[in-house]
Amino acid sequence: MTVQPLITALGLDDVVAWLPDGPRRVRDLLADARSLATQLPQGGYLLNVCQDRYRFAVGFCAGLLSGRVSLQPASQSVETLSRVIDEFPDLICLRDAPFEAGGIPTMDFPSLADADPAAVTSIPAIAEDRLAAILFTSGSTGLPQAHRKHWGKLVRNGAAEARRLGFVGHHHAIVGTVPVQHSYGFESTFLLTLHGGSPFWAGKPFYPQDVAAALAAVPSPRLLVTTPFHLANLMASGIDLPPVAMILSATAPLSRELAQSVEERYGAPVHEIYGATECGQLASRRTTNGEVWSLLEGVRLLQDGDETRAEDGHVEVPVRLGDRIELLGHDRFLLLGREADLVNLAGKRTSLAYLNHQVGAIPGVRDAAFFLPPEQGHGMTRLCAFVVAPGLDVATLQAELRRRLDPIFLPRPLVLVESLPRNTTGKLPRQALETLYADKVTHEH
Amino acid sequence: MTSNTSPEAVSLLMPEVAGLIVEALNLDMAPEDIEPDAPLFGDGLGLDSIDVLEVALVISKRYGFQLRSDSEDNVRIFSSLRALSAHIVAQRTQ
Repeated sequence: MTVQPLITALGLDDVVAWLPDGPRRVRDLLADARSLATQLPQGGYLLNVCQDRYRFAVGFCAGLLSGRVSLQPASQSVETLSRVIDEFPDLICLRDAPFEAGGIPTMDFPSLADADPAAVTSIPAIAEDRLAAILFTSGSTGLPQAHRKHWGKLVRNGAAEARRLGFVGHHHAIVGTVPVQHSYGFESTFLLTLHGGSPFWAGKPFYPQDVAAALAAVPSPRLLVTTPFHLANLMASGIDLPPVAMILSATAPLSRELAQSVEERYGAPVHEIYGATECGQLASRRTTNGEVWSLLEGVRLLQDGDETRAEDGHVEVPVRLGDRIELLGHDRFLLLGREADLVNLAGKRTSLAYLNHQVGAIPGVRDAAFFLPPEQGHGMTRLCAFVVAPGLDVATLQAELRRRLDPIFLPRPLVLVESLPRNTTGKLPRQALETLYADKVTHEH
Repeated sequence: MTSNTSPEAVSLLMPEVAGLIVEALNLDMAPEDIEPDAPLFGDGLGLDSIDVLEVALVISKRYGFQLRSDSEDNVRIFSSLRALSAHIVAQRTQ
């Protein structure tokens, strides 16, 4: 059995996290995780919704130490959670803030007063083939799709990112505006700590002023892990930040103009990460250096016609990518565009097929289509939905959709129509939806 | 700061704040349709955290103060149009 330490890139007395009241060492984290592990009820799966990154880490490590798998759904809508509990009935939800778990038994993050850091003498080893986490994407049929992550791959993932960013032996303090449960945050604010050696800030700063305060609370050099939306918001706020050594962006394409102005304003290189929940991060680029992406160590892309597959390295199983890609040699590529059905808003991904399935499942809806309007240049583009539902009003439909969808995918606006412009084969050409959108939405503003 | 923080001052500011919300988020409704005490999230307008950052940005520009998560109860500030307007009345510098 091949094993890898729970934390590969730090020693027992190295700082693993920064909290408002000071640092936590690796031995503090391990002692807290042991204490929590003894308090967790029986069960094989842990839905860890802790908002505090350190508490998430304690929960994750406690799970690894006691044989529980971390479940990390893409959305926390009631509908999604009810699907998850159907599939994993012995699930327990660990929370550190009010959270509607939709019938899943919950446990409030407990006091860990009996944790004894002095009693920790070594870093535990975990089998490489241990199932450590399951991340979910919203499948196109309405069922969440599970993506299993084994311990050995997670170790490789964090180490590959640290090598790419040049953080090996040169640790940065990580401040992330993204949740630790989702793929990008999981990798770049958690695995990068365990297996890259860079400690994280426990909070998730929200407002621009919070980002400045979080950065000020950790020592230099600092890494800011964020998204194009947060970067645009930060720039527009005009506030100053403490010195930052590097900025990471992912979840949506970052425009070269924004990257340029961020680099000029904060004096730090902006690197973009490309990846997906199924395969994890695959490549990076410094946006101002051009269009070309460089694959992370060990990862390969293979093409068959228009389809591109990612495999090897920390990728668990070969994954078909939802993007059109042009390969440039064996370790570099260009992104040509996204397949038309995919929707990516604020780092949350879904498909039009999934959204159409959800709205179509509402009793009384005869026909419906979601539509992603063209980019408007400022702010975030939101979805629009055209719905044929005689006898139902917009408020009722929106309330039904709120039960089923992550809020970011709620249509704005939802437009009631008498029929959809389906062609003779029953298909809805995008052109026809664009015309309908121009007619029903754009003209009214 | 010498601004008047009375309930009347809050009521007086609400139409303007409603207008900022509708404009910032490109909402499909008239400002006067936002009910003063209805929740802005969930079953009310259904706003999400991305929306809050957008609204916070226009508020900071218009009223000259930055919102902070740790200084005030974020959930309470954005609980309704009235609560948000009251926070602005108390914090504004311009």
